Amino acid sequence: MTDLAAQKVDQALKPPRNQWWDVWDQFKTHKGALVGLFILAAILLAVTIGPWIWSIDPTYVDIRARNQGPSGAHPFGTDQLGRDLLARLMAGGKVSIAVGLTAMLLSLFLGTLIGVVAGFFKRAEGLLMGLTDLFLSLPLLPLLLLMVTLFREPLSQRFGPETGIFFLIVFAIGVTSWMQTARIVRGEVLALKEREYVLAARSIGTPSRRMVLRHILPNVMSPIMVSATLGIANAIITESALSFLGLGFPPDFPTWGRILFDAVDQMQLYPIRVILPGVAISLTVLSVNYIGDGLRDALDPRIRGR
Amino acid sequence: MLTYTLRRLLIAIPTLLFISLVIFMILELAPGDPLADQPLTVPPEVREKMRAALGLDQPAWVRYLLWLKQFFWTEPLHTLDGWFGTSFSEGGQRIVSWQFRSPAMDVIWQRMPQTLWVVGLAYLVGVIIAIPIGIISAYRQYSWFDQIGTFVSMIGFSVPTFFTGVVLIIVFAVKLQWFPSIYDTTLKVTDAASFWKQVKQMIMPVTVLALFNASQISRFMRASMLDNLGQDYVRTARAKGMSEKVVVLKHVLRNSLIPVVTVIALGIPTIFGGAIITEQVFKVNGLGQLLITAIYANDLPMVQTLTFIFAALTVLFNLIADILYGVLDPRIRYD
Repeated sequence: MTDLAAQKVDQALKPPRNQWWDVWDQFKTHKGALVGLFILAAILLAVTIGPWIWSIDPTYVDIRARNQGPSGAHPFGTDQLGRDLLARLMAGGKVSIAVGLTAMLLSLFLGTLIGVVAGFFKRAEGLLMGLTDLFLSLPLLPLLLLMVTLFREPLSQRFGPETGIFFLIVFAIGVTSWMQTARIVRGEVLALKEREYVLAARSIGTPSRRMVLRHILPNVMSPIMVSATLGIANAIITESALSFLGLGFPPDFPTWGRILFDAVDQMQLYPIRVILPGVAISLTVLSVNYIGDGLRDALDPRIRGR
Repeated sequence: MLTYTLRRLLIAIPTLLFISLVIFMILELAPGDPLADQPLTVPPEVREKMRAALGLDQPAWVRYLLWLKQFFWTEPLHTLDGWFGTSFSEGGQRIVSWQFRSPAMDVIWQRMPQTLWVVGLAYLVGVIIAIPIGIISAYRQYSWFDQIGTFVSMIGFSVPTFFTGVVLIIVFAVKLQWFPSIYDTTLKVTDAASFWKQVKQMIMPVTVLALFNASQISRFMRASMLDNLGQDYVRTARAKGMSEKVVVLKHVLRNSLIPVVTVIALGIPTIFGGAIITEQVFKVNGLGQLLITAIYANDLPMVQTLTFIFAALTVLFNLIADILYGVLDPRIRYD
């Protein structure tokens, strides 16, 4: 009896704990997610800090040193123009991950906006969900190919080849991948709208805008975070697939997909040049997917604390 | 159910029309001249005549309506003629591909078998592998089988198909020389030797696509089985003294297949998209490869027709998935 009482006092004395600590505790129990987080952090570090340590220019052409195997001067060897593969992989990773992150942010923004508006405002629901269904029934990869091929010239003329194509690819991936997020967010908002606390907030005269920002959005954060991780993985794969089809960034501008595409012609002689960028893409996507799995478990209150 | 199906079919018509308009608008807004690859020595007046011959001198809306008429009226009539030897489509203008200078649908029909063989077989193999793996994984959750199965499916789902394809080519075509790296579409299956050759060249593309499909479907299957295994009716069935086999394979499996079947139906059209990349890797000249060459060659009628066919397939299979869901799950009533 006294033990129980003591425990209660103990619990009462403990400082209140932020719920994100609970999430982190649950996340830590998912081994795959932890390993994924570690690998992703390593890749991010290599891609951001790496070029300062390994300061060879990834576009520097040294034709006498072409097609070399791994050596001290070039740990991963060189490509058909004598460009250092390690430097290219780091530069390419920066672009691939940047495309993944920006496209994910765009698609999350669109998806959340459409999902919240459709869930919260009844008048907009029919129109917006019709739009979502319409987008879901579009053949996405063919349309993506179409958009990227047809608009690359004018955009690269206006903004320069790199920025123009960066915008084009991010935009194309973003506008073709927001639908799942919108559906999930709308479902959550519809459920949240009927809760008592929303009624209470409404009864003291909270305007719609603040209602959404203060009361609804924080509570749909968990599904949004999970779809964010899936979105990054999807965007990285799509970008590298476009590059692989030769429809991505220009040749002198490395991304992982582009390095792989350039190496495919000579893969019989130099298979390592295909393997390295492919492994980089796969590892990144794999670790992001594992993090997503772990996050989903950690953010699910039915699993957490068990 | 019938009224629901009819209503959905009726909604599908404006949806498809709208999608065809969107595709047409994208192609229309895009710069790029189909005559760009003609030599510069062609005099301007001849160039004008060539544009007129392609129908490019007409305003956009006329060309759109013409395409609609050709796709929905002339082409079906032509197919009918081919079947019954009638001549309904006499005088009707068919959709002509600019790069092949021949009717677009004929080229599509030529390319269809390759895609259907490779992609269809891969999907079938994927489903056949995925369902037992999902069942065992869920039934023995956290066992070594489940650990390995989820890990492999995570890999299959994260590694892009162009990379698995290229790795398979390096290992099995370049190093071991077991299979050819290029798919030979001119190969005719006449005897056992050529049949074996056909099997050998199909193994790698089918493996790549099947691995990708199986990993996705087995994840769904596992999740759905896990959901159902914890239900009260499972406990009831066990309490009645039913054998474990009947409980799992009759009660649980049937209920778990409901969402999986719809996922399988939804995946069929996206598989055509995934096949674009695999066809490119193994040089299979199917529909995906046709689309890519048509995009490169600025062959607008072909791109429009193919993309629209992909869209129609997507709409159709979305509809089938929804109806299947209603048919299989009596708790869901659409009316």
